[in-house]
Amino acid sequence: MRKGLSWFNVTSITLGFAFLYIPIILLVIYSFNASRMVTVWAGFSTHWYVQLFQNEQLLDAAWVTLRVAFLTATVATVLGTLAAIALTRYGRFFGRTLFSGMVYAPLVMPEVITGLSLLLLFVAVGIDRGFWTITLAHITFTLCFVSVVVQSRLVTFDRSLEEAAQDLGCPPFKTFFVVTLPIILPAVISGWMLAFTLSLDDLVIASFTTGPGATTLPMRIYSQVRLGVTPEINAACTILIGIVTVVVIFASIMTKRQEVEREKAERLAAAG
Amino acid sequence: MASKANGRWLVLTVPYLWLLALFLIPFLIVFKISLSQDAIAQPPYVPIFDLSEGWAAFKDALGELSFENYGYVLSWDNEFIEAYGSSLWIAGISTLLLLVVGYPIAYGMARAPKSIRPTLLMLVILPFWTSFLIRVYAWIGILSPEGLLNQLLFALGIVDRDAPLQILATDTAVYIGIVYSYLPFMILPLYSALEKMDETLLEAAADLGCPPLAAFWKITWPLSLPGVFAGCLLCFIPAVGEFVIPDLLGGSDTLMIGKVLWTEFSVNRSWTVSSAVAVLLLMVLVIPIVFYQNLQAREVERR
Repeated sequence: MRKGLSWFNVTSITLGFAFLYIPIILLVIYSFNASRMVTVWAGFSTHWYVQLFQNEQLLDAAWVTLRVAFLTATVATVLGTLAAIALTRYGRFFGRTLFSGMVYAPLVMPEVITGLSLLLLFVAVGIDRGFWTITLAHITFTLCFVSVVVQSRLVTFDRSLEEAAQDLGCPPFKTFFVVTLPIILPAVISGWMLAFTLSLDDLVIASFTTGPGATTLPMRIYSQVRLGVTPEINAACTILIGIVTVVVIFASIMTKRQEVEREKAERLAAAG
Repeated sequence: MASKANGRWLVLTVPYLWLLALFLIPFLIVFKISLSQDAIAQPPYVPIFDLSEGWAAFKDALGELSFENYGYVLSWDNEFIEAYGSSLWIAGISTLLLLVVGYPIAYGMARAPKSIRPTLLMLVILPFWTSFLIRVYAWIGILSPEGLLNQLLFALGIVDRDAPLQILATDTAVYIGIVYSYLPFMILPLYSALEKMDETLLEAAADLGCPPLAAFWKITWPLSLPGVFAGCLLCFIPAVGEFVIPDLLGGSDTLMIGKVLWTEFSVNRSWTVSSAVAVLLLMVLVIPIVFYQNLQAREVERR
């Protein structure tokens, strides 16, 4: 068989992407529907967006969610990167199996278990539940995702660069910031974004660990969705989808440009 | 040298302690509470370990622990065992469906010209970045009796207006929801296994007169098995404990353990029983989880 696409490949890719995208596209289209009935098209309107921005509860929830997500992503990126370095650079150390177990397990752990266990911890310790407990919970499960993303970059890059810097007398701490970090930066950034969106998205863990006064956007959307589909929720979802799409496309263009530049630099170095 | 050792120590210790405190210890607490009894108090269970009252009191509290909740959960009179069974069943069928749907897509992507592969990859990942809740919600509008799918079928004259398809609030909707939400998790490991494959193997097989289908079965499929295992575990394990999908898309008779745990906790307010449900769920999942971890660790070491 030669390399290249057969009709079967093209069909399966097309159908697959249709399946992935049609529901989201329909959701976006119907957020501009003039009718309150979600399924009957009654002309284009931005009415629901206006309504949305007058909904104080929803806006409050969005603000809480954004703050949680920002804090979560930042702390989780630091901790996750440290964990990735320990797992890829330290070889065998005492308790390695337990450590790598704790890093990988949350990736597949059902959310109800993580949520319940963290809540019971917070109750046992006696912390007031709310904004900070959600943030702590989110940092814990997202740092594992960051660590996996950063690890995959750390294992593929040329270790001799780090060794060269250290041979030339660069202290390890400085080596990290001058050599390692710039190289793994795209992975660190996508780790940050992954943590941010995971936190933005989480319903179950937040519902377990929240307290009075801290309602996140997914919790608010969930309680409204249970009452039925409304164009207002479609509008809220469309805005979220829009933000995420712009951020992801922007980030991937940035990463690509960085890669192109790095390759150019490497070629120049090889030629010189 | 001392500062180097210190730095090394710090890099490891900070995330290690964090995960011990917020991942491992919480499980020990869940286990302890699963052995306690419900009480009308704050927190709503007894006994509470209080080390300030001395060793004797601690030992008394230890004596009060019992496996009563497990007896309750594992008794055939209650629906818990059924819920475990049906969760495993639904997750298993969904994983098979995911493999059947995801494999041709991943295969097509791996065969695509190198120049468009990154774009295809991003198109698969993009829906994964958008909210899980939103993606499940989108299907309510499609599958409901007056939803878009039925509207389309009415318009085409396939389905009678008076008898719309009942998909929402059935197990079928749960399958659709799981397949839809977890598809990127299935495609990505499959794709990375298939992409690494050496094309010349297939050429050699063709040169030696092997028909394409047999070549697929004898070469491509075995070589993609690591991806198949990773994808299946990545989908199966969280699907067993899924809560949002059965809650929003499933019917009142859709029994899944994640939903049961949630109800037990937030409606029946029994923290001790929900802890026992969680511990048992973890015991059911521990084998696939360990298997998955070994796969992941091996993947990292091999590169």
